[in-house]
Amino acid sequence: MDYIIEMLNITKEFPGIKANDDVTLQLKKGEIHALLGENGAGKSTLMSVLFGLYQPEEGIIKVRGEEVAIENPNDANDLGIGMVHQHFKLVHNFTVAENIVLGFEDTKYGFLEYRDAIKKIERLSEQYNLKVDVNSLISDISVGMQQRVEILKMLYRDAEILIFDEPTAVLTPQEIQELMNIMKELVAEGKSIILITHKLNEIKQVADRCSVLRKGKYIGTVDVASTSVDKMAEMMVGREVSFEVEKEEAKPSDVVLKVDHLSVFNHVINKNVVEDVSFEVKKGEILCIAGIEGNGQTQLIEAITGLRDSSEGAVYLNGKDISSLSIRDRNLAGVSHIPEDRHKHGLVLDYTLENNLILQSYFMNKFQQKGFLQFDAIRTHADELIDAFDIRSGKGPVTIARSMSGGNQQKAIVAREIERDTDLLIAVQPTRGLDVGAIEYIHKQLIAQRDAGKAVLLVSLELDEVMNLSDRIIVMYEGEHVGEFDPKHVTENELGLYMAGSKRSED
Amino acid sequence: MQKITNFVKENTVGFSSSLALLLLIFVLPSLFAGNDTLLWLDRFLIGLIMVAYVGYRFLIFRKNNPNFKYAESTTVVSILGALSAVAIGLLFGLIIMLFVNPSNSLSAFFVILRGGFNNIKSFGNMFYFSVPIILTGLSVAFAFRTGLFNIGASGQFTVGAFTAIFIGVRWGALGDISPFLHWGIAVIGAAIAGGIWGAIPGFLKAYRNVNEVVTSIMLNYVAMYIVSSLISVYVSAGNTFSRAVRSTAATPTLNLDVLFPGSSINAGIVVALVIALILHVVLSKTRFGYELKAVGYNRDAARYAGMNAKRLIVYSLMISGAVAGIGGAMGYLILGKTMSTAAILNPEGFTGIAISLLGLSQPIGVFIAGIFYGSLQQGGNLMQRYGMSEEIISIIIAVIIYASALALFLQKFVIRRLKSVERTAEEQIEEEKRGDE
Repeated sequence: MDYIIEMLNITKEFPGIKANDDVTLQLKKGEIHALLGENGAGKSTLMSVLFGLYQPEEGIIKVRGEEVAIENPNDANDLGIGMVHQHFKLVHNFTVAENIVLGFEDTKYGFLEYRDAIKKIERLSEQYNLKVDVNSLISDISVGMQQRVEILKMLYRDAEILIFDEPTAVLTPQEIQELMNIMKELVAEGKSIILITHKLNEIKQVADRCSVLRKGKYIGTVDVASTSVDKMAEMMVGREVSFEVEKEEAKPSDVVLKVDHLSVFNHVINKNVVEDVSFEVKKGEILCIAGIEGNGQTQLIEAITGLRDSSEGAVYLNGKDISSLSIRDRNLAGVSHIPEDRHKHGLVLDYTLENNLILQSYFMNKFQQKGFLQFDAIRTHADELIDAFDIRSGKGPVTIARSMSGGNQQKAIVAREIERDTDLLIAVQPTRGLDVGAIEYIHKQLIAQRDAGKAVLLVSLELDEVMNLSDRIIVMYEGEHVGEFDPKHVTENELGLYMAGSKRSED
Repeated sequence: MQKITNFVKENTVGFSSSLALLLLIFVLPSLFAGNDTLLWLDRFLIGLIMVAYVGYRFLIFRKNNPNFKYAESTTVVSILGALSAVAIGLLFGLIIMLFVNPSNSLSAFFVILRGGFNNIKSFGNMFYFSVPIILTGLSVAFAFRTGLFNIGASGQFTVGAFTAIFIGVRWGALGDISPFLHWGIAVIGAAIAGGIWGAIPGFLKAYRNVNEVVTSIMLNYVAMYIVSSLISVYVSAGNTFSRAVRSTAATPTLNLDVLFPGSSINAGIVVALVIALILHVVLSKTRFGYELKAVGYNRDAARYAGMNAKRLIVYSLMISGAVAGIGGAMGYLILGKTMSTAAILNPEGFTGIAISLLGLSQPIGVFIAGIFYGSLQQGGNLMQRYGMSEEIISIIIAVIIYASALALFLQKFVIRRLKSVERTAEEQIEEEKRGDE
């Protein structure tokens, strides 16, 4: 069979690192080809080379059998290569149609002319079963529909080769299913697809072949149907991995955190983003808040930790009302917080690792006396944590946090928060963007905390994580608590329905 | 107490050299007054001790960090980057001079290069003229380290200067008690006035999220016009100038004028040095500095860590304003110096921004950059006898600032040079080793 794209022996070097080392990727016409690898394995670099964003040091690219030089994204577009980015590139206050034709607008006497364009969009959306409303504003439509707009954008430009970069990260299980069907549809109509992902189930479900990268090196290409998930995971990580998190039965005791009819009002959109939410977290259990991104979880946690004001309701820690305390006082009362955005809240990126490790305790007498920092104590503290939590960095305690890898930055935050030894540990998406090894590690730490008698409140968007780690699950939809579940008695599909708002517990 | 004695013991060399310097600078010259040979010996010893101490610290550092790679140290690279910016500025100045007045250009250029080192008088004046610039530079740098851009140093300088003049002219009763008290109160008053002027944009930034660049720059004009009218009401000399302060409020000279006869040098340079050292310690050694920098680098993370980011922002701009205010005091607590009522923004505040940039926003760096500025200014003064206009200095400074803004590019260049130098050195060592075998 003919290859529509061949990237042969691509090598791309950055100062000090080979991001792609002799990588080969061959895409057949009409197949879905998965590109599998951990973060930093070189998937994005390889696709950037294909898209003309980087020039490779070695290797050639052939499109439809002919060697080509792709010098910029326009060349890639001309060759019929289109990309659906992980973070959609859409103009939010434009309509769907305006976004799709952006850059390729028809004009008549200098005025925009949409009639033909809309006809073409409607024809395409019918042909590929991509349901969109061409006249809606992007800001009004769901994430799943935004993704369909991105796909239509490529089809509108007559792309033959479609690259999907981690397309399922922001979708509900139902939406993921829909996307899989769309991808199959596209292939049936003669398009070819490269699917970048680290989710093995999706590959198993939809892809024909799979190429694996590890640390910039090409590991191999396998036929998906005849290869087990475990085998592919092993190729990706380089060792056997366990997906099952081992943990014993939870032994919940006293209530540590009690959230009582909490609401958070947003003045910009003039409505409650958290609406009358109540729940309890007990010692020795992991309570997980599941939900699709943007359904009030962030605001709920910020209201608990004090980063945001609540408009109604109260938060109790060990029976004491903490809702009017300052952030510092809440921290001291016994709240540890692994924040959602490690760059925004978790770290001062321009500080050294050792300074980041005292971010929550720099004011204690151990680290300062009469206002003067105690540098020896800070260094010892950093050395201990680096050792205990295996935080790797270029220069140890004096490494600037910005230069560390995401996984090690997260480990530093986890180390700092766990070391504070408080009754309540709040972890918001603690494994976001991390590779399999780091995820395994952080999961173990959270369970160890639970077993040590801490109350753990976990917020996660990943259903696997929710199902594996939690002892109880509550689902949030549009700021409301729409159901509580026992992970042993609920399926991912069931949860998905609640997350999408199509079902809710009556209470 | 134990700690202090230990500290002294551990830094014997540092303490003995500081003591020797204090003696040589402030005490001995008054005894030697009139004896040229002894004065020169004194100056020579001062220079020698300073150079020796820096060399000693350098050797100690090399001993403690045997594997130190210059190319990997951000400090070394930034300093060399700043120096290359200076070199580019000077070269540009030379080119301009070659066009304007080719025959004298080289001699004039060397006068600029020698700057404050042309003669004893210019050496003293170099310090004298650098004081207000250093202080406004420190003001801008301090705010900058905490993530705030204080363009209002000019206004804070102006209100500080007026307050100092007002106290210096009207509160003569203080001077009857003690001249030092009069001077001290005038300086403190200037600091308070500058601090209040800086705190206004601080409050607006912290509690209303109004950009401090806009508010502080606008307050420059408010300060200029208010001070202009206040001068004519309270300390008018009957024309468009203020009166000069009473002799009791003038900045003491601490015998520095004996060491550098003919120059206008006074204790202002000591004040500037002390403030630079205090700011350095605050920023790098204290809990308060840790908080301020955390807010500057990442306000959200600071809030997450329970710091009161709003209050810290106000403190930061207040301190920044107070330093600029002291700059105003140092600029006008001088015998015979008067303040004009003309509607002109004080240029010191804006030069301070440039000096802060050149000094890499580090207090010690700003101090050195400020003295460099003073030196250039002296060079510019002396250069006029070669028929060059003094404004060439302004061009040079402007080009230096442009080049500093290209710092990233310059730093890359510096890193590449350093690496190749280090590599050749390593290769040589390797070769020698091989030769030995």
